[in-house]
Amino acid sequence: MANRIPRVPVREQDPKVRATNFDEVCYGYNKEEALLEASRCLNCKNPRCMTACPVSLQIPRFIAELAAGNIAAAAAVIAEDSSLPAVCGRVCPQETQCEGSCVLGVKGEPVAIGKLERFVADYSRQEGKPAAENAGAKAKNGHKVAVIGSGPAGLACASDLAKWGYDVTVFEALHKAGGVLEYGIPEFRLPKDKVLKHEIDDVRALGVKIETNVIVGRTITIDSLMDKEGFEAVFIGTGAGLPKFMNIPGENLNGVFSANEFLTRNNLMKAWREDYLTPIHAGKKVCVVGGGNVAMDAARTALRLGAEVHIVYRRTEAELPARREEVHHAAEEGIIFDMLTNPVEVIGDEKGWVKALKCIKMELGEPDESGRRSPVPVAGSEFEIPTETVIMALGTSPNPLISKTTQGLETSKRGCLVANEEGATTRPGVFAGGDAVTGAATVILAMGAGRTAAKAIDTYLKQQQ
Amino acid sequence: MLTPTICRMTVEAPRLAAAAQPGQFLIVRADEKGERIPLTISDFDAKRGTVTIVTQKIGASSSDIIAYEPGEAFNDVVGPLGLPSEFTEMDADKLSAMRYIFIAGGVGTAPVYPQAKWLHDHGVAVDVIIGAKTKDLLIYKDEMAAVCDNLFICTDDGSEGFHGMVTALLEKLVAEGHNYTQAVAIGPMIMMKFTTLTAKKLGLPIVVSLNTLMVDGTGMCGACRVSVGGKTRFACVEGPEFDGYLVDFDEAMRRQGQYKAEEAEANEKHVCKIGRGK
Repeated sequence: MANRIPRVPVREQDPKVRATNFDEVCYGYNKEEALLEASRCLNCKNPRCMTACPVSLQIPRFIAELAAGNIAAAAAVIAEDSSLPAVCGRVCPQETQCEGSCVLGVKGEPVAIGKLERFVADYSRQEGKPAAENAGAKAKNGHKVAVIGSGPAGLACASDLAKWGYDVTVFEALHKAGGVLEYGIPEFRLPKDKVLKHEIDDVRALGVKIETNVIVGRTITIDSLMDKEGFEAVFIGTGAGLPKFMNIPGENLNGVFSANEFLTRNNLMKAWREDYLTPIHAGKKVCVVGGGNVAMDAARTALRLGAEVHIVYRRTEAELPARREEVHHAAEEGIIFDMLTNPVEVIGDEKGWVKALKCIKMELGEPDESGRRSPVPVAGSEFEIPTETVIMALGTSPNPLISKTTQGLETSKRGCLVANEEGATTRPGVFAGGDAVTGAATVILAMGAGRTAAKAIDTYLKQQQ
Repeated sequence: MLTPTICRMTVEAPRLAAAAQPGQFLIVRADEKGERIPLTISDFDAKRGTVTIVTQKIGASSSDIIAYEPGEAFNDVVGPLGLPSEFTEMDADKLSAMRYIFIAGGVGTAPVYPQAKWLHDHGVAVDVIIGAKTKDLLIYKDEMAAVCDNLFICTDDGSEGFHGMVTALLEKLVAEGHNYTQAVAIGPMIMMKFTTLTAKKLGLPIVVSLNTLMVDGTGMCGACRVSVGGKTRFACVEGPEFDGYLVDFDEAMRRQGQYKAEEAEANEKHVCKIGRGK
């Protein structure tokens, strides 16, 4: 019986070694391991994994091809629905999506769908198979669509539209395409030159043009794109890029950074490499405030730069919003978790540099509207953690640059763009999806929203003709 | 080169040139391994599709920018960034009643030029003070004279014009009866701090342009945080120009030095690229 084979474990870099380098943590499956793991899939008639996938990847179909040894065919099945499989295989929260819905998971371990997706993508990349060939692009239809932002939402939307024949231009504000995949997620989770660059090149190979260094809302506006440059529809996938701070005393001291700044310096600007000029400051001891994936990324980056790192979080380990795998990896590497701890002030020395983080102990009270028990301060429990650096990883909100410079675009109270289920905003011809609409979420949800909007754009433009 | 360490460059960037307004800045990345360097726009020409920048050699990254020869291309140029100067959106009646005095310090003289020019073109009264340590460091004298009503020069050592600081000259001008309604100071942070103190003493409203640290310049990183009227603001998207009375200059100066240790180390290791490929 195929399903009696236990889940094939994946090889990883030794925690002690990887704590000192930026090489990828997880090695992924080799061919033998991948084929064995693929043989565990029951190929369900009613695949719950596929329903749980935001981009509706045809999971049983690609795994069946893989199990039969047809790796190129497996890659072609994936390419029908995703241009970023090597990315998703690495950063998706599979445990709550495809793998979380796998029938095998009811009594045992689910199929390692993420690792299999990654294997197929990595293998075809190493074989040098261009994805455009896999995806079967249609002839150009001559209609121009602008996509703003080259993160997961924008790339997914652009890929689908290009496959259907649209003339798509992606505008990126930074000097490199990829959005959060480039500036946010560290090298040790998602190698940039080896993996990400290749998948973005695949999107280009579909005929998508990517213009970097163009800030929509400053360099150009949505109005000028539509009125002067002939774009018939626009997709806004600008993410949630604005960092939040706690608004506690001492937050502007030297040595207090947003996780965005810390990670952008390290990832986009490659500050960890001696030969790149952008500086980064970690120091000997770092406190990272927050408990999400970004907090884990910032903490593990600071660790690799040589610091002792504490995660300071106001709830308990059970409530950490980060993926289990990330928390586990961080703990293995030696990150110290200070739970039920909330900062109240950053304390500086006479020169204005951080010397300590003053915190208060918390305890869990009644559940709040999210169902999580909300933390309440324990009176008189203030204490100081001596530290050189404080990194605030408290979440992000959408950048108002576009909503402020575009007529007729409504935003919510939280600054998110208002869009319906199909991604249509309050302005005709302008669609949006991903973190710009939902607030900070995951890569794969953004991709799903990008695909949904691509369909809506296609329908809209057909109606216009 | 305007002086041995200050260089003026005209950069082809049609989209940027078409959108640029006085008060805004751009970001340059010299090469693949370079930093993103924010620079105030010193002039723009939408028809030719060019923008002008003026840089002073300070560290490794600015040396790399200056090392570029005419005809070569930077890796990246992006902008315009930040908000345009307040006067670009003022209504005509209000604007015509204004009398501006610009106080320009060192390399900060260059970004004053497009502002003075814009006001001069719109028929608004504009005087300009250019200050420098010594006469060899004065830039933009002729260009500025063409776009303002009165140009005043001052040098710390008295080698040209008024002998003394810009603050002393500003006080002198006001004492002599120049009836300004608005001051604008652009220059080193310390100069803007003291000019603001002087303006406050004279009861003269003042706008300053803050050259804070930045990475992306679009509101993402927060490196440019500055306290204005007790509130944290991002200079990149809410500035770079703020009401001088409200800016916490001491904090801003301290924050500017945040990477000094790392930069000193980089400068030591950095191989200068002037004359590269020759």
